[in-house]
Amino acid sequence: MTSEEKKHLEDAACDIRILTIDAIGNLGVGHIGGAMSIVEVLTVLYMKHLRHDPKQPRWDGRDRLVLSKGHAGPALYSTLAYRGFFPKDMLYTLNRGGTNLPSHCDRNRTPGIDMTTGSLGQGLSAASGIALALRMNKNNAKVFAIIGDGESNEGQVWEAAMFAAQQKLDSLIAFTDYNKMQIDGMTHEINDLGDIEGKWKSFGWHVLRVNGHDVEAIDNAITEAKQHTGKPTMIILDTIKGKGASFCEGSLGSHNMTFDAAKAAEAIAKLKEAR
Amino acid sequence: MATPEMRAVYAETLIELAEKNPDIVILEADLMKATGTGVFKEKFPDRAINVGVAESNMLSVAGGLSAEGKIPFAATFGCFAARRALDQFFISCAYAKLNVKLVGTDPGVSAAFNGGTHMPFEDLAIMRAVPQIDIVEPSDPVSLKALVKKLAERKNSAYLRLHRKALEPIYDASEQFEIGKAKLLKNGNDICIVALGGLMVRESLRAHAMLAEFGIDAAVVDALSLKPFDRETIALAMQGKKLVVTAENHQINGALGSAVAEIIAEQGGPRLVRVGINDEFGEVGTEAYLLERFKLRGEDIVQRIREVLKK
Ligand SMILES: Cc1ncc(C[n+]2csc(CCOP(=O)(O)OP(=O)(O)O)c2C)c(N)n1
Ligand SMILES: [Mg+2]
Repeated sequence: MTSEEKKHLEDAACDIRILTIDAIGNLGVGHIGGAMSIVEVLTVLYMKHLRHDPKQPRWDGRDRLVLSKGHAGPALYSTLAYRGFFPKDMLYTLNRGGTNLPSHCDRNRTPGIDMTTGSLGQGLSAASGIALALRMNKNNAKVFAIIGDGESNEGQVWEAAMFAAQQKLDSLIAFTDYNKMQIDGMTHEINDLGDIEGKWKSFGWHVLRVNGHDVEAIDNAITEAKQHTGKPTMIILDTIKGKGASFCEGSLGSHNMTFDAAKAAEAIAKLKEAR
Repeated sequence: MATPEMRAVYAETLIELAEKNPDIVILEADLMKATGTGVFKEKFPDRAINVGVAESNMLSVAGGLSAEGKIPFAATFGCFAARRALDQFFISCAYAKLNVKLVGTDPGVSAAFNGGTHMPFEDLAIMRAVPQIDIVEPSDPVSLKALVKKLAERKNSAYLRLHRKALEPIYDASEQFEIGKAKLLKNGNDICIVALGGLMVRESLRAHAMLAEFGIDAAVVDALSLKPFDRETIALAMQGKKLVVTAENHQINGALGSAVAEIIAEQGGPRLVRVGINDEFGEVGTEAYLLERFKLRGEDIVQRIREVLKK
């Protein structure tokens, strides 16, 4: 990757982060932590890898994305707005009565959302179903899925893990947002994921692991995953919960927190300064 | 009494019970912060088990704990309690004739900003089909404290629908409660409102006051238990009335509205109007917005009644 391209992606990530902090801050409460930790992967996907057309959100040739950790919807909404699926102003309707941007992803409300999520543990199964249908339909689109590390406590994640490997769903590229935190504590103190790479490998997946805030590393991993055949790919993203939101970066409290527009403005100013 | 958070009352009641009974244990599925049972964990670290985001596992683990004599109170959001872990609650707990108290928090519109995926409008209907369990939805801190204690005394599995935000007391601290017993909150001669849960009991009391202005004298019953259902008190309260209205923060099919309809169909009674969710999914918004959106407010109850009575 050229340094220019890298800067371009980093700037986009910064913009998407700012839009997200601004939207949640405008409402005053939300799942900021888990939204911040996936900004880079969303950026690299939408700026570089995921085939999409903002004017035709249901275009059959598009690559699909299932945000299984649906509570991070606001980060995806900002990404979609950034790419022109809908006006950025709409981000201020987040969670307000009658909105098309609910706290958790809803395929029937938001242009660009491929699957409804929010009940943790279901998205990887749904993504597997989408990948299977695309293969049946001879559609070569890729299917991306993002799951949480806390979410990986759910048994269904591992049912999907077996299923996708059994079905050799190599168009499926999943990410674990390994921010090491869930609601009630550190993931290793609740249900330790232990050798997370070994777990996915033993379930028959192609496994990669990168710094989830390094756009170049994410780009390389996705490029490799797209070429890999015969197995689904799991890319473990080492991330920081609340990354880039100065008032909550790295804190357990960032999961679903209240903060006002002034706090948001302060964090946004810091991001602009650092860019 | 000041206005306490219901979850604080829940946690403090469990601590009281646990101090006396070493078999009381709690289970959480990465929502301990939401349920507010961290204070229990501080007191009894070995008796508070956080299984992580794994509701199905939690309910079968609870069944196992109960098989060896423990009394588990297992909590998660009501949507996941009733939907994700249903088969585990059904088989490992209820069918196995074990003693697991399943606690579903954030009933109906109180799920607010968590939106449609997290808004249980169906949990009571689902649970009502599980044989031989108790189902209670306390309406205030006093009834909550008393009913949690009663649940702990009983030997069967149960579903407690727990409003976790603050609610002002409706009852005197000395009021006595039983599982399966409703409370007549207001006498009235013309119609009868049967309500369930903190929000709808309050909206029904507001409706009672507004109806008086239109010359309609409404009795109000707080159902409190859905299973066993207090047919006696409710049949008595309906007797001789022009209309009975059910009010629930839930689908009108399968829970309170249906339970009252069954009484009327089986033993006679007045015409029924069911206030609640009419075959819709939940959505995101503030509680106030959602109460209005789904026509659950006192004003909405009054309007439905006036339409039928043509007053
Ligand atoms: C089935 C289910 N159980 C519980 C919840 C409530 N919940 C929302 S987020 C969360 C923690 C998730 O942790 P993680 O996957 O690590 O998310 P992140 O750290 O990325 O925000 C929980 C328990 C839920 N949404 N779905
Ligand atoms: Mg996490």
